[in-house]
Amino acid sequence: MYRYDEFDAHFVSARVDQFRDQVQRRLAGDLTEEQFKPLRLMNGVYLQLHAYMLRIAIPYGTLNAVQMRRLAHVARTYDRGYGHFTTRQNIQFNWPRLKDIPEILSQLAEVEMHAIQTSGNCIRNVTADHFSGAAADEILDPRPYAEILRQWSSLHPEFSYLPRKFKIAVTGAPHDRAAVQVHDIGLQAVRDADGNVGFRVFVGGGLGRTPMVGRLVREFLPEADLLAYSEAILRVYNRYGRRDNKYKARIKILVHETGLEELKADIEAEFAEIRDGVLKLPASEIERITTYFDPPAFVAADGDEAVLEAAIAADPQLEAFAARNVHPHRAPGYASLTISLKPIGKAPGDATAEQMEVVADLAERYGHDEIRVSHEQNLVLPHVRRRDIPAIHAALVEAGLGEANAGLVTDIIACPGLDYCALATARSIPVAQRISERFGSPERQREIGDLKIKISGCINACGHHHVGHIGILGVEKKGEEYYQITLGGSADENTSVGEIIGRGFSYDEVVDAIEKVVDTYVGLRETPQEDFLAAYRRVGDQPFKEALYGTA
Amino acid sequence: MAARLYRNGGFVADEWTHLDDEAELPAEGAFVVPLARFLAAAADLPQGVRLAPLVKASDDPASLAGHLAALELVVVDFAKFSDGRGYSTARLLRQRYGFAGEVRASGDVLLDQIPLMRRVGFDAFSVVNEPTIRALEAGHDVDVPLYLQPAERAGEVPAGARYWARRPAGAQLS
Repeated sequence: MYRYDEFDAHFVSARVDQFRDQVQRRLAGDLTEEQFKPLRLMNGVYLQLHAYMLRIAIPYGTLNAVQMRRLAHVARTYDRGYGHFTTRQNIQFNWPRLKDIPEILSQLAEVEMHAIQTSGNCIRNVTADHFSGAAADEILDPRPYAEILRQWSSLHPEFSYLPRKFKIAVTGAPHDRAAVQVHDIGLQAVRDADGNVGFRVFVGGGLGRTPMVGRLVREFLPEADLLAYSEAILRVYNRYGRRDNKYKARIKILVHETGLEELKADIEAEFAEIRDGVLKLPASEIERITTYFDPPAFVAADGDEAVLEAAIAADPQLEAFAARNVHPHRAPGYASLTISLKPIGKAPGDATAEQMEVVADLAERYGHDEIRVSHEQNLVLPHVRRRDIPAIHAALVEAGLGEANAGLVTDIIACPGLDYCALATARSIPVAQRISERFGSPERQREIGDLKIKISGCINACGHHHVGHIGILGVEKKGEEYYQITLGGSADENTSVGEIIGRGFSYDEVVDAIEKVVDTYVGLRETPQEDFLAAYRRVGDQPFKEALYGTA
Repeated sequence: MAARLYRNGGFVADEWTHLDDEAELPAEGAFVVPLARFLAAAADLPQGVRLAPLVKASDDPASLAGHLAALELVVVDFAKFSDGRGYSTARLLRQRYGFAGEVRASGDVLLDQIPLMRRVGFDAFSVVNEPTIRALEAGHDVDVPLYLQPAERAGEVPAGARYWARRPAGAQLS
């Protein structure tokens, strides 16, 4: 993974000093809250319902054991013993005190971590496929490009006061696990016929109040032009994005209102001016950064598979885990493991300090010291030897992390909702917990198969409900929480926005409604292999409407 | 409160007077006027009058391209510090149109934005905010003096061997 050099270390510690000074000037009254707000947000500090929240960047979701242990330390020392992994591959702590935050940031800087641009109207932490550098279907590792983008966007002087936040995601595989089409810029690394690296570029995807799927603006952007083209997009957005209404300020609205062809022409005109300038990426720099992400030395031996098979034969729990949480690796004898942060009935994405330490130990012992955070709010050990899976599984079970539900109905994404968030209009975590309990039986989950449920506690859609196979949006109606159900959303290479099925359900009713939807699907699928999304796309919403509301 | 002009590490007297669209143009002196008025008047200036444009966030600096060689000053207005369009304006003036005169930020100019403004090409700051004036007078520098974008202004030098990295040439502000 990327390691700081002297420059990075100084850069991050200077930013900590700067923030410490900003906090002091706020406390002294030299900065009003209005003036302080963007400064703290750009350093990951939110004011939530009950307390400040600190969101720490985990660039493209990659971290090592030392970093994970430091997060555990922060959770234990400055929070209530746990942290919450987010849909943007970051972690947030919900209970730190403002006065402690500079010290937390200093301690994070010691292990090459920071909170830079995890919030605010700037270029946010760049995300990537959580199986980067490991997945069997990968064309190339997108992380070097994510790192180059991270560096270019850090404290960018021109783009720190954009109309609104700006999110970039990169994938290097044809099967999109990074949801690139619902980002402001989505990049899919590809190779042309001669083996040159380039990107398919999507612009203007996003969720929130007005969900939109990104539009393809470049079929093949040569890697050398990555930064110049990104800068051209950002400059057009900074100059022309709407600033009169924060709900219409994302670049998706600019794309929509300007029209794709005209906006594309604006971007290309800007790009033409700067493409041969200082931002042209030299091959040597790409190579230098890529070296940081060289794969570890993989050693597998004959007989590895027999070890795993024998253990699976003796342990049904392990069998379930291997069936759901093990992902194909490009190296023979290896796998990527999903560590579910969705134990039945618990808050999605939460991990205790002790659990973080267990994961750190396992990464060191079995996983080439690499850990990933997935945008689905789970953790991943990207490189493990298949014969070590039984030992890892046993340790995970002991730590309460052995849930074999990756990609299943209980692997739910949920925003913090009304339990924490000042914007929320409804609870989302308790809804996730109740659904998780309803479908908690391992047999039933496996029978249902792949199914993505995503829950947002307000219209801002942090829980990505628009792209859930089943999406749930919590709203407030006359002082009561109401839940709207959408069906048919997806955030992969065939991204689609889900459609509202009908009137909403009360907090008490919503779990029954979800169960009806799921049972309807199971009843109408052609084969057990036809997953929810495929079935929905085949039959449409009518059978689900009938199940929920009776025949009209 | 009156604005004070900060340039080259200190507060200096401002020889420029702001005029709005209605105020009559005096027979001599140095005046900052709204962009449209500047464009209308620039071709036919009385002897003894120096004029500079006030560029608002929504104004396009391209309209100044033909005038910049003869200009001493462009003032870029920040009606709200959180509106970042002026940063692009300054970069375009410097990099695209090669403007070498003074680029001055005016309006809601605050201490924490000044380092970013300097990097996109601002070299003078018309400041009203009292804590900002106090901090600048005290030499309180809030910059992160290491940059991950290629040089935006004269006086930045490479920091180490890394391709993008820059730092200020001197330790001085501005």
